[in-house]
Amino acid sequence: MATHVLAFAETRSGDVRKVASEAVTAARALADAAGGEVHAVIAGAPGIAGKADALGRSGADVVITLEHPALADYNPEALASFIAERVKAGGYRAVTFVASAQGKDLAPRVAAKLGVPLASDLTSVKLTGDTVVGTHPVNTGKVIATVTLSATPAVVSMRPGAITAADNPRQARIEAGTLVGDPSASRVKVTQTVAGNTAKLDLGDAPIIVSGGRGLRAAENFKLVEDLAAAFGNAAVGATRAVTDDGWRPHSDQIGQTGRQVSPNLYVAVGISGAIQHLAGMRTSKTIVAINKDKEAPIFKVADYGIVGDVLEIVPALTAAVKQAKASH
Amino acid sequence: MKIAVCIKRVPEMDVRFKIASNGVGVDETGLKWDISDFDGYAVEAALQMIEKLGTGEVVVITLGPDSAQETLRKALSMGATRAVHLKADAIPFDNFAIARALAAELQSGGYDLILFGKMSIDSSNAAVGPMTAELLGMPCVAAASKLDIAGGKGTARRELEGAAELLEFPLPAVVTIDEGVARPRYPSLKGIMAAKKKPLEVKPAQLGDVRMTVTTMALPPERPAGRIIGEGVAAVPELVRLLQTEAKVL
Repeated sequence: MATHVLAFAETRSGDVRKVASEAVTAARALADAAGGEVHAVIAGAPGIAGKADALGRSGADVVITLEHPALADYNPEALASFIAERVKAGGYRAVTFVASAQGKDLAPRVAAKLGVPLASDLTSVKLTGDTVVGTHPVNTGKVIATVTLSATPAVVSMRPGAITAADNPRQARIEAGTLVGDPSASRVKVTQTVAGNTAKLDLGDAPIIVSGGRGLRAAENFKLVEDLAAAFGNAAVGATRAVTDDGWRPHSDQIGQTGRQVSPNLYVAVGISGAIQHLAGMRTSKTIVAINKDKEAPIFKVADYGIVGDVLEIVPALTAAVKQAKASH
Repeated sequence: MKIAVCIKRVPEMDVRFKIASNGVGVDETGLKWDISDFDGYAVEAALQMIEKLGTGEVVVITLGPDSAQETLRKALSMGATRAVHLKADAIPFDNFAIARALAAELQSGGYDLILFGKMSIDSSNAAVGPMTAELLGMPCVAAASKLDIAGGKGTARRELEGAAELLEFPLPAVVTIDEGVARPRYPSLKGIMAAKKKPLEVKPAQLGDVRMTVTTMALPPERPAGRIIGEGVAAVPELVRLLQTEAKVL
């Protein structure tokens, strides 16, 4: 009887990513329901095995380590082959991923090798009898689908940030995995991982996002948005499509239907009218603040707190007030 | 060069959806439909490649009921060469079943490149492209934000969280397209007229077992109605107070 759950623990440039603990936490819940163990897979250049302890802390019973120079960068073909073969060898009820850029690439490959569907980008998951049931936002988050998976093994990917990585410490057994074939022979090769600004918080990780739109009137006024984000200290900067199309900000900063979909604790919309395509990317934020000169702008319909007026005056005042509030803590 | 582009018919998203009476889908009354956003970018990317080469073929493929042919005609009016409709009563939610049906059609097609949008804007699973690649045994790049094809190989860029990856791969290959590769053109009147005469072949979709279904659909909890707390700089202290005491985020 298959009761174990395999979790893919994502790494980048020799470090375990935060989402790895989320994949293990999701796996722990499923394995507890099935009465089995959590086995986490971690891969990287030689030395990555030294990072295995982190996975025991969030509930892995076994950490399977894969070390090879050809795994220093993401190697989808080698990883998909290894995970699929390991699962085929038996004992696994489910496989968990996080639907990050890497997980979205890897999870469907593994599912197809196993001949099963992928329950993708879930915001919750549970094992009930013979089925795995999860929730998944569809239609740009305007509708929530409950998805029922009857295939075994159940392959799932969790939305980044949807699972709170639990502290569930145990002394994980470390096991060195054996790759299937030569990982240097993969047809798809990452030739370079271009590091972004490492000091910059990613939109998916940031508890606060300050986002700017055309209401800022000129690219140089985006400085006000950056200053406000810096005042919060734990904030990332986003933008509307109009702004990224105009080249004020890179495309990777775009929040909306065709950009990133985010749900931070606080979303501050600066000079954003609130086009439906933008709302699709941020409407699930916990608290929304809007600053806009037009009191009829649709952003005020979703904003918990709205201020009507000139962003060029209000934002610097807010930045100063946030700095003061932080300083008095 | 022979390029296949797999596309999906989806509802336009700028509406307030209602749940259908069966509870497992959205009420389709009054919805407008179009090619899924990222699939449109993929069609455009394929057309630009063929135009640059001056020779080749772009075949658009979709799976679904008869209404899906509208979406194929749209892609033909943009400039695709011909279309294949894999006919099914409905589009299942099981992404492996869809990949299996597409792979059955694609495997003998002799394609150099098979493009998908990185995900459909309605189901948002981002799975069918890489799954189809696995079934065909082809190399795959998912969510390419840049793509260049030359001399039998491809180079691509993928956006990661706070970073990016540059990749290379041999052809034939499957690539799923992110925003940024190409902005889709509007069909010209001439294109729309020409599309009516382009070949559109209909075949049954070989879906097989369906092992993943939507068992309920629901609307997310409504946000409380928006609240304007004041005007101008004078409202800033009240905002900060609310962020500290009510929202507790500061």
